[in-house]
Amino acid sequence: MSTTTDSALAAPARSNGSAPSGSVRSARNTAPAVKTRNARNPRSSRTRISRTRGGRLLISSILPLAILLVWQIASTSGLVSVAQLPSPEMVYLAGVDLIQRGLLGPFIGISLQRVLIGFTIGAALGLVFGAIVGLAKVWEQFFGSTFGAIRAVPSLAWVPLLLLWLKIGEESKLTLIAIGAFFPVYTTVAAALRHVDRQLVEAGRAFGLSGVALFRTIQLPAVLPAVISGLRLALAQAWLFLVAAELLASSAGLGFLLLDSQNNGRTDRVILAIILLAIFGKTTDALLSLFEKWAVRRWA
Amino acid sequence: MKNTAFEVQFEGVGRTFAVPRNSRTSRAANTALGNAANAEPREVLSDITITVAPGELVAILGTSGCGKSTLLRIAAGLDTGYVGDVSIDGTPVFGIDARCAFAFQEPRLLPWRTMEKNVALGLPRGFDKVAGAQRVAELLALVGLSASAHLRPREVSGGMAQRASLARALARNPGVLLLDEPFGALDALTRIKMQDLLLEIHAAAPTTILLVTHDVDEALQLADRVVLLGRMPGQPGSTITELVTVPGNRPRDRGNAELAEIRAHLLEGLGIDRHVH
Repeated sequence: MSTTTDSALAAPARSNGSAPSGSVRSARNTAPAVKTRNARNPRSSRTRISRTRGGRLLISSILPLAILLVWQIASTSGLVSVAQLPSPEMVYLAGVDLIQRGLLGPFIGISLQRVLIGFTIGAALGLVFGAIVGLAKVWEQFFGSTFGAIRAVPSLAWVPLLLLWLKIGEESKLTLIAIGAFFPVYTTVAAALRHVDRQLVEAGRAFGLSGVALFRTIQLPAVLPAVISGLRLALAQAWLFLVAAELLASSAGLGFLLLDSQNNGRTDRVILAIILLAIFGKTTDALLSLFEKWAVRRWA
Repeated sequence: MKNTAFEVQFEGVGRTFAVPRNSRTSRAANTALGNAANAEPREVLSDITITVAPGELVAILGTSGCGKSTLLRIAAGLDTGYVGDVSIDGTPVFGIDARCAFAFQEPRLLPWRTMEKNVALGLPRGFDKVAGAQRVAELLALVGLSASAHLRPREVSGGMAQRASLARALARNPGVLLLDEPFGALDALTRIKMQDLLLEIHAAAPTTILLVTHDVDEALQLADRVVLLGRMPGQPGSTITELVTVPGNRPRDRGNAELAEIRAHLLEGLGIDRHVH
């Protein structure tokens, strides 16, 4: 532990030396002088830890490790009954058991598939309608209030209707997830397009841009950050609606695992499913943020 | 690069905005045009007639809100709801005109583009890529921004951004350069430098320039002729109340007595009494 702290403390002093703001100062200071300043002023060294890669990893892993520790202590010390809170080890073994039965892989696979397909359909429609409504007043008047009203319906209220129309198949689940993913994208894109700086749009027009060229040069780069945050919201919604759909009617998937395990009193599997949802939700979100970096480099 | 300069002709040009009740700003007026039922008309410009010769530098002077910018926007094709005729090089203006370039009061640079890419936005459509890059480099050198070519607008000063905006307008190789108070927001020293830069540019490639300003000294320093916009008695909109040919070749001595007399006269036209001033 102490070695990691030392290296994390030493590394930032070096990396900060290359940064433009600190370069003059560090060049003038000798190495011992830097050390004494750090020792005297712990606050400055703390901000430096957060700037290195290792330091960031260290800081962000404190809380998960602490939760794991508390969980381990609570479940093994007898404070909470094992039926209510199985130990981390038991959850791990439940996972291994499900893998050996050949269930976990297919469950994760079908859930991921549903989220990705539903999200793609919903987000794509959201982008199209958001762009139409955001760019033209007429379409805003045409669609605006209707979509607003549909959005006001709590999405789970669609479930009975979806089951009636589409039966308990993949279509009903995908539709529900697509509804969930549609609105965050639609609302953020439409609002962002409406608020693109008019002066920049006019400048673009003054320099001969119109139609698609104007959209690509001015509006798209201007709304890109908002579009991405809409997509990330939509992805979170897609996971939410996945679980809702699978809890209500399914025979496979992580949501089904939750429901089935609850009925059988398998708390270890319930916790396993929750952890898996957390991991996959976070991973898909991280992939979107990679896409964001790429898109900003490409267009903005 | 061939130099072009076009004649600009305004013939009885007028402009009336539909102002929604409870709103007095011109921005609101622009957005509320379609909503005429709930609006009362307000005449801003009436019966503007003037011919600007090719290569001439004309300053348009007037008090704030008198319609100076509107007149410029009409010439650029950015404002189409006017009456009367506007023609450039003998052909009427219809929509955004490729022969004009516009430099706005604000730099209006795209914040996600480098200075270089912002200037490149001004290049005419379909401009050769290699030649375009070369032209942008030339223009950046002309306005003294070569060292900042790869910076973003938020990383440079207001004066630098305004110079980039000017370079972007010049990239169009315009026959008519329309400048809407381009130096208004700059500090006094930067403004003088920018004025000298504009004269340099004009001397090197004498395009027609219409310069909107509220600064009498700027107008006298730069222009061949000064147009004063103001209200005639009994007329709701602004029209040309004064058309002054500025004597002397540029660069002009700022302390010249003849200019001082014209200056006092123009200030009077703007409603500022010469005794007070």
